[in-house]
Amino acid sequence: MIDLLWLIIALPLASAIGLHFFGRFLKEPLAGWVASAAIVGSFSIALAAAIPFIQGGEHGETVLLWEWMPAIGANLEILWDPLSALMVLIVTGVGTLIHIFAIGYMHGDERFHRFFTNLSLFAASMLILVLGGNYAMLFLGWELVGLCSYLLIGFWFTRPSAAAAAKKAFVVNRIGDFGFMVGLMLVFVTFGTLSYTGVFDRAGDELTTGLATAIGLLFLVGAAGKSAQIPLYVWLPDAMEGPTPVSALIHAATMVTAGVYLIARSAVIFEMSTAAQVTVATIGAATALVAATIALAQRDIKKVLAYSTVSQLGYMFLAVGTTAYVAGIFHLMTHAFFKALLFLGAGSVIHAMSDEQDMHKMGGLRKKMPVTALTMGIATLAIAGIPPLAGFWSKDEILGSAFGRGGWFSVLWIVGLITALLTAFYMTRQWVMVFLGEPRWDEGQKPHESPRVMTIPLVILAVLSIVGGLINTPFAFGLEHFLEPSFELVDIAHPPDGWGAFILLAGLSVMAGLAGAAAAYLTYRQSPESWQGFEDGFEPLWGTWESAYNVDDVYGRVIVAPGKKAAEVAAFDVDLPVIDGAVNGVAKLVRNIGEWTRPLQTGFVRNYGALFLAGTVTIVIWIVVGAG
Amino acid sequence: MRDEISLAVRIRSDISHIWRYEPRVAEVLTALILIPVVAAIVVALVPRSRKELHLPLGIALSVIPLALAGYLFWVFEPQVDMQFTEFAMLYEPWGITWNVGMDGISMPMVILTTILVPIALAASTSITKRTKEFVVYTLLLEAGMIGVFVSLDLFVFFVFFEAILIPMYFIIGVWGSERRVYAAMKFFIYTAFGSALMLAGIIALAAMHLDQFGAPAFNLADLLALDISAGAERWLFAAFALAFAIKVPLFPLHTWLPDAHVEAPTAGSILLAGVLLKLGTYGLLRFNLLLFPQASVDAVWIMGILAVVGIIYGAVVAIVQPDLKKLVAYSSVSHLGFIVLGTFALTSGGLQGAVIQNFNHGLTTGALFLLVGMIYERRHTKKIEDFGGLQKVMPIYAGFFLFMIFASIGLPGLNGFVGEFLVLIGSFSTLPVLAIIAASGVILAAIYLLWAYERVFTGVPDKEENKVLSDLSVREISLLAPLAALVLLLGLYPNILLDKIAPSTEAVLDYVEATTDYQVPEPGRLADVFVASGEDE
Repeated sequence: MIDLLWLIIALPLASAIGLHFFGRFLKEPLAGWVASAAIVGSFSIALAAAIPFIQGGEHGETVLLWEWMPAIGANLEILWDPLSALMVLIVTGVGTLIHIFAIGYMHGDERFHRFFTNLSLFAASMLILVLGGNYAMLFLGWELVGLCSYLLIGFWFTRPSAAAAAKKAFVVNRIGDFGFMVGLMLVFVTFGTLSYTGVFDRAGDELTTGLATAIGLLFLVGAAGKSAQIPLYVWLPDAMEGPTPVSALIHAATMVTAGVYLIARSAVIFEMSTAAQVTVATIGAATALVAATIALAQRDIKKVLAYSTVSQLGYMFLAVGTTAYVAGIFHLMTHAFFKALLFLGAGSVIHAMSDEQDMHKMGGLRKKMPVTALTMGIATLAIAGIPPLAGFWSKDEILGSAFGRGGWFSVLWIVGLITALLTAFYMTRQWVMVFLGEPRWDEGQKPHESPRVMTIPLVILAVLSIVGGLINTPFAFGLEHFLEPSFELVDIAHPPDGWGAFILLAGLSVMAGLAGAAAAYLTYRQSPESWQGFEDGFEPLWGTWESAYNVDDVYGRVIVAPGKKAAEVAAFDVDLPVIDGAVNGVAKLVRNIGEWTRPLQTGFVRNYGALFLAGTVTIVIWIVVGAG
Repeated sequence: MRDEISLAVRIRSDISHIWRYEPRVAEVLTALILIPVVAAIVVALVPRSRKELHLPLGIALSVIPLALAGYLFWVFEPQVDMQFTEFAMLYEPWGITWNVGMDGISMPMVILTTILVPIALAASTSITKRTKEFVVYTLLLEAGMIGVFVSLDLFVFFVFFEAILIPMYFIIGVWGSERRVYAAMKFFIYTAFGSALMLAGIIALAAMHLDQFGAPAFNLADLLALDISAGAERWLFAAFALAFAIKVPLFPLHTWLPDAHVEAPTAGSILLAGVLLKLGTYGLLRFNLLLFPQASVDAVWIMGILAVVGIIYGAVVAIVQPDLKKLVAYSSVSHLGFIVLGTFALTSGGLQGAVIQNFNHGLTTGALFLLVGMIYERRHTKKIEDFGGLQKVMPIYAGFFLFMIFASIGLPGLNGFVGEFLVLIGSFSTLPVLAIIAASGVILAAIYLLWAYERVFTGVPDKEENKVLSDLSVREISLLAPLAALVLLLGLYPNILLDKIAPSTEAVLDYVEATTDYQVPEPGRLADVFVASGEDE
């Protein structure tokens, strides 16, 4: 199977290339099925190749494809270990469902085949990211998924807002990449290579605490960009300009989790720096809380999910910062199930409501769209942390691990607990606003359930959202055993031992979830006037949340506007008048000297030039010979 | 003390044989220089009345050097020695020799030249006035550019170096836009001023050779044997560096470049950015590092700072340029900064990155100028504000543009990344602070290019002139496609070049190490130093 691993990347890549050149000759759904078949192929190969890990005892291996930049030990090579296998299975598994959903969702788009070209390219890029056997290849995938994200956010490029959002996403990610790149340079000068094995095997000998902290924090900058953490999360809400399957695949289930993967993959480095761990966990917890508060007050169905994603990614950062790597990856997986489901469900609703995204204009959709309502309801309970659904197990393991580590992490645990309450509230609010109550639709809306090609992926994801958490419970740590070989060099943090502690901690988080859900249900089940009154009661806080703390505005005023001003000053007040002015000034001076020596004037500027050159030559020879 | 010096000289002569003549293949490089000259003569012989023949004939003939260069690339061995060398005494009393050869540093530049000339010519179908002269000048320019890169005799090098100015002066001055005469004159005088200093330096070197060995010499290998005092070495370094810095151009000597680009016709811009600027970076690497190793080591910080200022400054100024061509011109200032930084980083990664970036920047920036030229032919404007929504009417054009933008931004998988990343990683071990600042250039590149793309291509086309634009023709696609293919090839498999570059850059490094007290830092060892000095806890 190892020999076929390259196909995992090659299949979607071939699909992308094929569709790029020949996609326009395919009738509409065919391009979508080609892309879907490719990713199904990748999934099948990955599943077959992962069997040894499931059986246990295998540590994984590296397969060289070809030399890329050997001067820095960066080759195109695949690392196949439990961690990369799991990531591949998530990407291709959830990816398959989203591809199929998109065939229905993108129906009628004039650039249908182009959409699937980009989707296939994204799949290939993401697989490069998680399969790469060295940091350079991770970075290759990292940037390529950024490219695909740019292309797909701006897919409807005639909308200025979509084009601006695409650019914003790429530029903000580049700020993170800057940190990541400096981190890579530091890794290279330290180890002389960028390959995982080369770095991890020698980390204990070569790394000082200071160096590990520096690398860890620089990686965190990169991860914060890609995974939308404070202070670089601002691009993700705007990224909702892309088609909804894109939001589900790239901006919820896969690409945005790359930062979590980066930190988990670099566990050996973070192991050596408590400072880096604490920073990661704190950023994660803070992001989780801040984004949750913003999500409370959003009216746009996708914006709620966008901030929710930021918040849930915060949980994952909290986990990996706590060194609860398995819990972090576990939550990454369950989140991929229920958040992809939520986005696709939202897509189904938007599809049904003729592109309406304002939840104030929805309501009562449960009867019209029973499958969407039911599956989204399941996802809502899952993300709210209601047992025994998937989100409960993974979130609880994160919170328990933070609690177990104690000290500052106990504070982060409380933050996580509050966030759990808020999460349950805003998700229930969304579900109730959309599916219950009286219709508040605009004139002419005729909502309908989506076609099978869209609802079947919803149902499968709903099943996964129910049972997906069972692979790692205190009753059976399946995932932990599966991932163990990937983390054998580090100590993984765990929740406190014992059933008493488990029941106490789980009880607290379940209570938080139930309280949030109940409060939202009771509030939003009532008339719109009533819940408007409830929201107004929180002013001015509610308005601040609704406007996302005005962070975009602040960034605009503090960074973008002064930056543009500085560029204008450099270009128009320095470059032209000062630097170029000096050049032209010298030229003028030479001409004036020519004026004084009128007898020598011949009327050709070139002759002055020649005279000038001759003089210079003489002077320089004189200096050099004199000095020599 | 005396012993140490003589030891150094002995080591020099041990290593410097690399750049010395050893006959191997027939006079293939001389042929490579002469073919464009002959082609120019052939085109010149076609009567003016058959003006429709000049350009096609020129394009067809310019494919011959490309084919020959391709063959040379094929047989080029990844080894330290100069290849395809030729040697003949031209003028014994002055010690001027015809000594040409190719190594991993010059080979990519020769290939690039022969690739870009046919493309530049084929992109010039809109030139209708005095087509014959245009084709002749372009072919002569090609001969000069090849000559510069293969010359190992400084006198001959200088002659080519200067000779290039003349055709380029006319290409800008005759076929340029409104302010062409101003731009051409500025380009000519500015760069000629720099050359004058270098000429003085070259003469001084020959005089020293006369002084120390009883005969003047201009041959690089002979000049490497010179014993130059520290003071003179510094002055000579400065004279050469200034000439090359103007060509690069290095901040703050760059202001001739935007003017020249904006006024130059498309072919002029492609060759100017693609090849002529590289004369500067090539010269720094070939001549400054070898002839003045100690001064180079001493000047690492000055050159590095200027390079990094150029990277940031060029990018910042590019952000607000209202003219597409000016934007690309300033992006060159920024990108060439990486090459200079890599050169003076004096590490394997830095030098390899510098050389491959020389090549890569020629491809992507050449392509970007080609693209700007294509839209200029349609709309007769290069102002960003005149466009908008072009992706809707010209999707293929938009696709190529975006592809080249991402190559220029340094997206891994495309060519621009390889050079930049090697430079950054390579310079981080010797100039960490500068490398970090330079790395922030990747943010700025994304800003100025993607913002420009947004304004030109996205949204709904709102101006009537833009709604009726035709997408690329088959001819135009056939010009861009090979460049795009190379961009991808070099992004994914840079080893095709790096393999052949590495021995030569390693030889330069070895030489610098052998002749100075400079040591290329080993990975790991340097990190200790870096952390020990930065960690006061």
